[in-house]
Amino acid sequence: MTNTDISAPMAATTTKGRFSGAQQKLLAFGTLIVLLIGFSLASPNFMQTSNILAILQATSVNGILAVAATLVIITGGIDLSVGTLMTFTAVIAGVVLTYWGLPLPIGIAAAILTGSAVGLTSGAIIAKMKIPPFIATLGMMLILKGLSLVISGTKPIYFNDTPSFPVISTGSIVGDVIPGVPVPNGVLVLFLVAGLASYILGRTVLGRYCFALGSNEEAARLSGVSVDNWKMAVYSLSGGICGIAGLVIASRLNSAQPALGQGYELDAIAAVVIGGTSLTGGRGTILGTVIGALIMSVLLNGLRILSMPQEWQTVVTGSIIIIAVYADMMRKRKA
Amino acid sequence: MFTRRTFLGAVSATAVVAATGVAKAADKIYIPLISKGFQHQFWQAVKAGADKAAKEFDIQVTFEGPDTEAQVDKQIDMLSAALAKHPSAIGFAALDSKAAIPLLKKAQSEKIPVIAFDSGVDSDIPVTTCSTDNVAAAALAADKMAALIGNEGKVALVVHDQTSRTGIDRRDGFVNQIKAKYPKIQIVDIQYGAGDQLQSTEITKSIITAHPDIKGFFGANEGSAIGVVNGVKESKKSKIVIIGYDSGKAQKQAIMDGIMSGAITQNPVGIGYETVKAALAAVKGQPVQKHIDTGFYWYDKSNITDPKIAAVLYD
Repeated sequence: MTNTDISAPMAATTTKGRFSGAQQKLLAFGTLIVLLIGFSLASPNFMQTSNILAILQATSVNGILAVAATLVIITGGIDLSVGTLMTFTAVIAGVVLTYWGLPLPIGIAAAILTGSAVGLTSGAIIAKMKIPPFIATLGMMLILKGLSLVISGTKPIYFNDTPSFPVISTGSIVGDVIPGVPVPNGVLVLFLVAGLASYILGRTVLGRYCFALGSNEEAARLSGVSVDNWKMAVYSLSGGICGIAGLVIASRLNSAQPALGQGYELDAIAAVVIGGTSLTGGRGTILGTVIGALIMSVLLNGLRILSMPQEWQTVVTGSIIIIAVYADMMRKRKA
Repeated sequence: MFTRRTFLGAVSATAVVAATGVAKAADKIYIPLISKGFQHQFWQAVKAGADKAAKEFDIQVTFEGPDTEAQVDKQIDMLSAALAKHPSAIGFAALDSKAAIPLLKKAQSEKIPVIAFDSGVDSDIPVTTCSTDNVAAAALAADKMAALIGNEGKVALVVHDQTSRTGIDRRDGFVNQIKAKYPKIQIVDIQYGAGDQLQSTEITKSIITAHPDIKGFFGANEGSAIGVVNGVKESKKSKIVIIGYDSGKAQKQAIMDGIMSGAITQNPVGIGYETVKAALAAVKGQPVQKHIDTGFYWYDKSNITDPKIAAVLYD
């Protein structure tokens, strides 16, 4: 189904696209508020500082991946490899820091650069070899899943020799400044990444071309945009962001877990669509995506706090995704 | 805007219904179990044991686990939500002990007793561990394999994964026993099929193609074992000895039909029951022994209906 959506000819979403993004944000934001109020009324255990911080922490990795996915989806593409790329970069950080014993900044740079390089490769496969994004990144997802296991020797790599590594995700700069509000650094990283991506989308040439590619790739090509190169740039940027996600999850678990990652791309894509980004491309916002990711973790956490049986949690989450996208479609039809 | 209002309405209705439906019995003793999995019949059997204990002792128990045994971070989120509910005690089967330590320390500081179950937790925080000795159980499978193939020939293993404690223990338990006691038995291949029946079937068929004279297979969990059975059937080979692990309808049927020689069973219902029972004892301040061995058994056609065995098998 997703596939048809993407290969559907770039339905020329008009310039209205970007304005309606604001409305969708409002819709998603409203949903988030309603969920927060609903769960707070339902259980006194929900609105505790520690639980809210736990929700934010649970959002950090999916949020960063969703930001990466948003960039690609706006161009009318899709990236199924974000989850296993995250794992792959975490393993690379493990190799650099633990196996080779190099200093932390080199490990961080290695993870992000590896992510960009892999993203660039996916972009090249899509732009130069003309393989549809769904298939190219499906292949990449599996390649990375396998390579993570190969490189790590199928065992988790621990970061015990790099004591400052867990600080990236679990330390709290905010808590040092304002005692009592120990917002984990991983959450700050999410906000930083989101701010940066938002700036790139709204204020730079790369951002403008993201929307242009997603709205009408052919028109962009005809007006002299070197479509292939910009596409590769977007995938590379998205890959670098996955590298940041890899650092955050590895830091949180104090280990690179090589078998993890598959399935995380679907959570990321769900956050993107709840946030109002169109899977056909040309329309979307980073703020919407971050709210979408928050909705998913608030929902899951809230249902757990209410002790709802796990099988029903999944049913409710699935329903919310459909309702959110349906509401978005209804609104668009009216517009 | 009409659509938005209906949508928000629907969401809040869902939340309220959910709330009224579940938020009850707040004053009962509450013990959440955070498991390593949820959908597999094995985990459902552990859950059944926990539910049985909950009913018997009139307490509230919930049971949750991630979709796959690789999702360490999702399990941590579950543990964190469980702790937010200020439970009386908590049951935990760690996917990666080290990753869970900060939350377990939090539980300790809030005086919430932690009971480890299944593969345990590498830490001294848990009051006790209710688990199967997987190394010894897999060694028993190796002894049975040796006896069935006449102490010599080629065998292969189909294991669920390379990273989980049970995967490693069962593989090593089997392999080390063969190496130590049966020099004429050669282990020609060890492959991993994620506990997925179809993947394990394909793996089995390719091993048979590569080694037509193979004499035996050990499938290290339910999905792997059923995969081996299917693979041997599809290859139309008879006389290959298959030893499985755990139970389930398909595996029990394969043993009754004589396709599978026998299997090791843990006591999943017992794991769930003992975990809740130990948690309750810890809440009441009663002494709990440091390790509760929930046991394992060899079963085959001859004893599958034995009441003692039948009680620990699940469908």
